[in-house]
Amino acid sequence: MTTLEMIDSKIHPAVGEWTLPDFVDEADLPGRDGDRVIQFREAIREAMSHEMRQDEKVFLIGEEVAEYNGAYKISQGMLDEFGPRRIIDSPISENGFAGMCIGAAMYGLRPIVEFMSWSFSFVAADAILNNAPKMLYMSGGQWGCPIVFRGNDGAGGQLASTHSWCVEGLYANVPGLKMAIPSNPYDAKGLLATAIRDPDPVFFLESERMLGDKAHVPEEQYYIPFGRARLAREGEHCTLVSFGRPVHFCVEAAEKLAADGIECDVLDMRTIRPLDIDAVIKSVKKTSRVVVVDQSWPFGGVSSEVITQICERCFDYLDHPPVRVNTEDVPTPYAKNLEAAYLPNPTKIEAAVRKVIEATA
Amino acid sequence: MTQAPTANNRMAKAHSSAETLTEVSTETHLKWLRDMQLIREFENRTMQAYQQAKIGGFCHIYSGQEACAVGTIAATKQDDPVVTAYRDHGHALARGMSARACMAEMFGKITGCAKGKGGSMHMFDRPNWLFGGHGIVGAQTPLGAGLAFASKYENEVLKKGVHPDHKPKQKITLCYLGDGAIDQGAFHEALNLASLFDLPVIFIIENNGYSMGTAIHRHTANHENLVARGESYGIDSIKIDGLDIRHLYSEFKPFADRCRENSRPGFVDLKTYRYQGHSMSDPQKYRTKDEVEEYKNKDSIARLLNQLMEEGSMTEDSWKTMQNEIRDEVLDAVEFAESSPAPEVEAELFTDVYALPQKNLSPTAEYHHGARNPLL
Ligand SMILES: Cc1ncc(C[n+]2csc(CCOP(=O)(O)OP(=O)(O)O)c2C)c(N)n1
Ligand SMILES: [Mg+2]
Repeated sequence: MTTLEMIDSKIHPAVGEWTLPDFVDEADLPGRDGDRVIQFREAIREAMSHEMRQDEKVFLIGEEVAEYNGAYKISQGMLDEFGPRRIIDSPISENGFAGMCIGAAMYGLRPIVEFMSWSFSFVAADAILNNAPKMLYMSGGQWGCPIVFRGNDGAGGQLASTHSWCVEGLYANVPGLKMAIPSNPYDAKGLLATAIRDPDPVFFLESERMLGDKAHVPEEQYYIPFGRARLAREGEHCTLVSFGRPVHFCVEAAEKLAADGIECDVLDMRTIRPLDIDAVIKSVKKTSRVVVVDQSWPFGGVSSEVITQICERCFDYLDHPPVRVNTEDVPTPYAKNLEAAYLPNPTKIEAAVRKVIEATA
Repeated sequence: MTQAPTANNRMAKAHSSAETLTEVSTETHLKWLRDMQLIREFENRTMQAYQQAKIGGFCHIYSGQEACAVGTIAATKQDDPVVTAYRDHGHALARGMSARACMAEMFGKITGCAKGKGGSMHMFDRPNWLFGGHGIVGAQTPLGAGLAFASKYENEVLKKGVHPDHKPKQKITLCYLGDGAIDQGAFHEALNLASLFDLPVIFIIENNGYSMGTAIHRHTANHENLVARGESYGIDSIKIDGLDIRHLYSEFKPFADRCRENSRPGFVDLKTYRYQGHSMSDPQKYRTKDEVEEYKNKDSIARLLNQLMEEGSMTEDSWKTMQNEIRDEVLDAVEFAESSPAPEVEAELFTDVYALPQKNLSPTAEYHHGARNPLL
């Protein structure tokens, strides 16, 4: 076992044995550079397929995952390989099938539940919030819930209010669950494999807008530990903290700023619970300035949490109050221009950083 | 408080068909009587302790419904999964949980079945395959489908136990719910899934005629024909009188066996009655005292006792002895609960949140592993 803080034994009376690998340091993971370029959706598929080959207790269920080959083609071909007993088309009953899989996980199986979109998870809110993350506690350590809920999170493209939810602000509030939000194919493959092996319920948030993103992804399976941020770009003037799709906006903004000599640390948090606040603190102590970019609403969300923790842990190092860039605090609009104005983007991030830099010049 | 049945209120008459009962031994009948009386006595002491403020929160008394849990669980094997709602003390005891662990849980003690973290509504017992005790009306129905899904998957896909010490087999899951819960969407979704996926789960509606203070004719449509709900999903559905345990068992056992064998769901409208208010804080303005009395005259414990006495398997003396033993067992449970320590804040508040606690899961809490559950 490495530096990752976990319990000594890999067995819990409520979930039995699990087979989390010995995590290695970031530098010892297979390289991120190479020419095995695949899409984000394929990276997710590879992680699921690999884990399903390793452990027959793992199965995938969701709307259109089997015969349709996935509403977003994530599970394409999996029915052929694993058959209908393990790749299961469900009726449109999110509460029913999420709850069913929670029961199956308590019993000892390892379900992967695909929500076509996290926007549809609210009809299953009781199951995923009241049952999955609380079962271990309420049973006094007798029944666990090793399950992965995954699906698209965030604005797709003019899908308007009901279909554009970012659920991290709401769901990360609940103790008992873990939450991962990858920003690129490499991390998606490594984080999802870890999620499937984790003995606790994991909420895994993907983005429809990134499913076609391409990058080098190693063929072998590797496991990225939860609670480790990735430094996507290095700089000494300002810290940019983000996760999921806006990480790309941060990098884009940082590149623009670099042209004017403003260098940013860009931290891709990768998991929200656990949250690698140590990496954030380390960076803020270096830069004394921080902008947090969060694709969910500002009130009581992930950005407010990150900023609170920064203030609690390294207030004296700050030269300027922390700044947040969120989606605007309104329901998601349909019109193209309104939606664009609503979402975080590189321009907003760049402006936020300039404001902080100028105020502290 | 509900009285233990005496010779005076033993009015009930047997009407079970004799031939289906011949397989059931006298010992088994005596065990049923004992189990039902244990629940009755346990609930009497629960109410007492609640009134003394030793038990907090919402507390739902099972008195009157004893035959439901005892008679249906009698038709299962020890490792068949069971899941129920918040009126769960009876199911826990019928499933084999000790009165001590059950009472200590309500007293909020570390010796309770959930180390004092669940309370009255959340009874869990892993060694006895009891998956709770669930507080949200209807939420346990998809869980029940999932337990059946898993046992079927274990048997047919894995062909080996999910855990090394467990052998796969054809199981049947019992999923209990109240008549109020059949109005929930979760229930309908679970029935559809169970039928669609051929899941061996029996949804047992403990139809006590009330959803809190709302009588069944005011809370559900077509209330005289609940089996139509099950049938509409293509599920074998029966209605059973839940006050006569011998009759109940003779109807339920073959029904459950069929569901197990065919790997199909079942639906049971089990007619019963609760003697106490919905929870401990219910003034019961919605029903008459006469109605309650009418049902007490059909009391399931008195009925079985009467039958056993008529058959000569029970005497006034042996009944006294049984009652005394049970009273002692429950008093011991109360004493045990009372004298047990509360969970220590430092040791237990932050445990059992994660099976794999990690750093930075919370800005304020550090999660860790606590005492092993007393049932494990
Ligand atoms: C979703 C939800 N709504 C409301 C409640 C409050 N509540 C608890 S029990 C109950 C009545 C349920 O009656 P029934 O299902 O018939 O079960 P019984 O109490 O008769 O055993 C209500 C309204 C709840 N626990 N959960
Ligand atoms: Mg009822």
